[in-house]
Amino acid sequence: MTDPKSDPESNPINDPLSPIRLQIMWDRLIAVVEEQALTLIRTGFSTSTREAGDLSAGVFDISGDMLAQAVTGTPGHVNSMARSVRHFLDRFPIEEMADGDVFLTNDPWKGTGHLHDFTFLTPCFRGGALVALFASTCHVVDIGGRGMTSDGRTIYEEGLYIPLMRFAHAGKIDQAVIDIVTANVREPVQVVGDLHSLATCNDLACRRLCEMMDEFAIADLDRLGGHILDRSRIAALDAIRKLPEGVYHHQMRIDGLEEPVDLVAEMTIGADGIDVDFTGSSGISSYGINVPLCYTEAYATFGVKCIVAPDVPNNAGSLATIRITAPKGSILNAQHPAPVAVRHVTGQMLPDVVFGCLHEALGEAVPAEGTSCLWNLYAYGGPGRVDADPALLADAQSFTVLSFHSGGTGARPGKDGLSATAFPSGVRNVPVEVTEAMSPLIVWRKEYRQDSGGAGAYRGGLGQVMELSLLEDAPFAFSALFDRIDHPPRGRSGGADGAGGTIGLQSGATLNGKGTQTIPSGERVVIEMPGGGGLGDAKTRDPAQVVADARAGLISIEAAHDQYGIALTPDGEIDAAATDRLRNA
Amino acid sequence: MTNAHLAADIGGTFTDIAVTHQGALFTCKVPTIPDAPEEGIFRGVRQAMAETGLTAADFSLIVHGTTLATNALIERKGAKTAMLVTDGFRDAVEMAYENRFEQYDIFMDKPPPLVPREFRYGVPERVDAKGDVLIPLDENAVGGLIEELRKHRIEAVAIGLMHSYAAPGHERRLGDILARELPDVLVSLSCEVSPEIREYERWSTTAANAYVQPLMSHYLGRLSSELGEMGFTCPLRLMTSGGGLASLETARRFPIRLVESGPAGGAILAARVARECGLDRVLSFDMGGTTAKICLIDDGAPQQSRSFEVARQYRFMKGSGLPLRIPVIEMVEIGAGGGSVARVDALSRIHVGPESAGAVPGPACYGQGGDAPTVTDANVTLGRIDPDNFAGGTMKLDAALSAGAIDSDVGEALSLSTLSAAFGISEVVEENMANAARVHAVERGKEIRGRTLVAFGGGAALHAARLARKLNIDEVIVPVAAGVGSAVGFLQAPVAYEVVRSRYALLDETFDATGLNALYAEMRTEAEQIVAEAAPDADLIETRTADMRYHGQGHEIAVELPAGPYDVSLRDALTGLFETAYAATYSRRIPGLEVEVMNWTLRLSATVEDPAPCPPMPNATTPEPLGMRDLFDPDTGILSTAPVYRRDALTPGAEIAGPAIIAEDETTTIVLAGFIARLNAVGYIVMQWEGS
Repeated sequence: MTDPKSDPESNPINDPLSPIRLQIMWDRLIAVVEEQALTLIRTGFSTSTREAGDLSAGVFDISGDMLAQAVTGTPGHVNSMARSVRHFLDRFPIEEMADGDVFLTNDPWKGTGHLHDFTFLTPCFRGGALVALFASTCHVVDIGGRGMTSDGRTIYEEGLYIPLMRFAHAGKIDQAVIDIVTANVREPVQVVGDLHSLATCNDLACRRLCEMMDEFAIADLDRLGGHILDRSRIAALDAIRKLPEGVYHHQMRIDGLEEPVDLVAEMTIGADGIDVDFTGSSGISSYGINVPLCYTEAYATFGVKCIVAPDVPNNAGSLATIRITAPKGSILNAQHPAPVAVRHVTGQMLPDVVFGCLHEALGEAVPAEGTSCLWNLYAYGGPGRVDADPALLADAQSFTVLSFHSGGTGARPGKDGLSATAFPSGVRNVPVEVTEAMSPLIVWRKEYRQDSGGAGAYRGGLGQVMELSLLEDAPFAFSALFDRIDHPPRGRSGGADGAGGTIGLQSGATLNGKGTQTIPSGERVVIEMPGGGGLGDAKTRDPAQVVADARAGLISIEAAHDQYGIALTPDGEIDAAATDRLRNA
Repeated sequence: MTNAHLAADIGGTFTDIAVTHQGALFTCKVPTIPDAPEEGIFRGVRQAMAETGLTAADFSLIVHGTTLATNALIERKGAKTAMLVTDGFRDAVEMAYENRFEQYDIFMDKPPPLVPREFRYGVPERVDAKGDVLIPLDENAVGGLIEELRKHRIEAVAIGLMHSYAAPGHERRLGDILARELPDVLVSLSCEVSPEIREYERWSTTAANAYVQPLMSHYLGRLSSELGEMGFTCPLRLMTSGGGLASLETARRFPIRLVESGPAGGAILAARVARECGLDRVLSFDMGGTTAKICLIDDGAPQQSRSFEVARQYRFMKGSGLPLRIPVIEMVEIGAGGGSVARVDALSRIHVGPESAGAVPGPACYGQGGDAPTVTDANVTLGRIDPDNFAGGTMKLDAALSAGAIDSDVGEALSLSTLSAAFGISEVVEENMANAARVHAVERGKEIRGRTLVAFGGGAALHAARLARKLNIDEVIVPVAAGVGSAVGFLQAPVAYEVVRSRYALLDETFDATGLNALYAEMRTEAEQIVAEAAPDADLIETRTADMRYHGQGHEIAVELPAGPYDVSLRDALTGLFETAYAATYSRRIPGLEVEVMNWTLRLSATVEDPAPCPPMPNATTPEPLGMRDLFDPDTGILSTAPVYRRDALTPGAEIAGPAIIAEDETTTIVLAGFIARLNAVGYIVMQWEGS
């Protein structure tokens, strides 16, 4: 212990280079963007903003480097919002920005991947000087066009397209923007409300930043920003340098739409970072499951970070160590005017592909494949809204239901997968009672799907079964956006595949995995969601866990016997002799 | 009978006792006996009676709060419980929200449900959202289930059927059948425990109620009968999470409402201080060994809510616990207490908590083998805690052990001196608390600046002045008996009960005022019966709120309603009230959007005498310090000599300029430079920021 009185560094709070002071300011900056995001969540209208945390908020230095980003529910904005700030600065140099200016866009290629996401940028002035930039993104409930479906053939069908432009000039909101949005979307009050929310949360964050700069008596963010970016870059590189250098490959085939899609990755781990290139992946689809590069980058980066450096915050320093590329014109770098409305169906698969590369590099450190894409319930009904005889719809109640649901995740090293849980997206479902109170839909069944989790030493998470119908005698529209039907999540290291998904009518007809379809009057829709892949040989699974799974009904007695090599007596105990024969055969 | 009141608050380590008698307050702490918590109470009661000279017959009220239910949920030591739910929904309590609460950790696990899948049974029946029966209850199938419950020796059953908040018939029928067939099994109905829409929360709450019910029922029975044997004939009331007192019967039916009673008691104390001192806007700050609790108190009343999460198992993170929909005093609780452990991460950042060294081994300075640096160790190093006079001198602390732990776990990693590293730990924990308070205020649409901080609990007064500076707060109050604040708060709580009903209403031409009047009449009857058990002759105050939102939103805000009965004009009045509340929370309103109501609540509370207004500050006197001690000054970054005072030696009017230390047995108040501390007429320390 040094003598406090002769402490060589005796004045930590007043030393601007003091690590304590820099840390406190860094923590405060993160708190500012968390508050920015929270404000957006609390005031947002779109289900995906408030329940799925489908939004983003961040602070940038005046050169456009992201210093802090709120941790929100979906990875889709990791780095993509940061890229959009560069596009804003290219179009509107900071010298031309005035206090009270606000900029916006929903450009899928310069924003966050589809027209439903608006990104707002607000320059933050303090005492007349530009000190920082705040950006925020959220998903709006409607953007005109065909809506959130795969049905569009070009971006022009997918809705209103607002290029990079001003939302407000020196504090005065441009009424023309509001009028254009109002005239083009189905829920103008809510959408315009969300635009105001985006502007408001940036404003609030700017005020909080200025208060912080007052408290710590700093005139700019240069030194703090430099500290954050250096520390984060070094921490990310330290983590990367613990991995074996080399070039690793993985590919995965998914259902796609008109034909299966191959996602092919080459990962290069080097001393200066990780590069992932998607050369070899399929070309674009004719429908809206294509992914702009910004969104490919977001999900691929998220996958790398989960395994390599989960604790390092997202900012320009840490994110610069992970670089993502894909050839132009591939499904992972779709070019304008390709349709991209539901790019998440494809993008959400990318962490599994990245995990495959890391599995090759690291061995048993990554999960098996999971359902990965959401299995959302998206249905609507009422006159004029369903492709059916108008006479059948004359008395039908108008409704729209959107609730987020999930299959199983892949088994994890040392742990089973999570059943009916979203990954990589971070969504929350809508309670069945709320869905039923707001619409004529009724859900008859929503429970785990037995034997859907891939068998393994660690079992994949189970999918779930949902059955639903309309309480009134009318057809309704069901919009499917599902994958992993023909190509189930694969197991790793000897683990079995999870069960593929199914979708059909109780009367026997099969429905398409993607696209809007009409459900005839009186029919019940049955959705069986995929289970995650297993990890390791099922015959090595701890027998006690197999017994527990069987007792809970997560696996059948037959699966215990056939897949896990565990024979059970009628009262659920292990038949030791028979098991020995099964396991040591 | 001399109208003495006694409060007992069982915490994890200590049981706090407070007695009021003819205006005097007596408090003491005795160790908690985990295996027989009632024994701790009896000891404390005997000690209180010995020291005050009161006998059992002198008491007219005993108020009790306990962490027993909370601990049973955290440690998973409740009853063997089964659930009966609508066929097709047996996994609702396990699927929860189908999400992950931590985005980047692929190894995170969701909290396992209290009832494992093998004991969750589907019952053939179905009711829709309007309450119409789609499938009648299959009573034949129930017969088979009863055999199963018997075979597995189930001790408690939670019943949760779809839309039972609107149509409780099937649940009640099932409950009747179980009561008849399994008379020894305790049954909780979701339509009674938490009659609110949203099946996961309602069933999770009901399962938790069932899970703790046998334990709590036996415990309360033992407590009540043994108090009787000790000669107490006065009523025993239980403190609830909502801040109201419940009768023994209500507590046995709804034991889940007893969780978090300790923190609720603290908030009530702070609210009383606010009313006494005429403070409209207060932030209460309660810091103990493991966590800190922060609560907004406006117009003398704590914020109320019906959303709580118990037993968070992942770094205290939101979403990692079990949701409960019960009336609670709204507060934010973070893993920041005296025992919170500091460490340095890969980015050379100091982290403090939520891991806690607990009471054993405790902070390094306890010398009980703990080698991790804690907040208490930082406070010892910074001169805030006197190692020779900790806990009233009952415990000697070893400052060298603090310094060693801080050096090895924080100082060396960051090349910082012991003092700087200790300062870093205290700054980080204070910053964490400040950030939690800010986020909490944003979530409630409130401003923090300009509030008065009311600090209590063992650790709060050590950090209150610095926290106030970080939050732009200029006034800090440390009330008397701050170290046993919750027990003191119990004595000031009213008998109260809150009833909720989910009845969806769109505020358009379909709005039905007559139906609403009938609903409120039914709620009033239910609440009156329960309140009358505990306060038969009291004057009652009724408060009504509606949980409202714009059509299509996912979060509601609670809006206070005018008194009934209502006619159709309520529709526009409600829309107006909602828009005003919405604008207050979010700084805007959205004209043209329809407004909807999800839930209606009624809170019935017995009146409590308001505290006498605090007399004005007596004339200033300058007390003599008992001694001097080195104290770290965060503004200058150096240790400098500060005067030390004993709080019990100060008289009202005493004025002390910071830097200074005011010590008492259960806590220490740090007066930072720039603050002036005064002892007010009722003995509270009032610190005022005078500027640097």
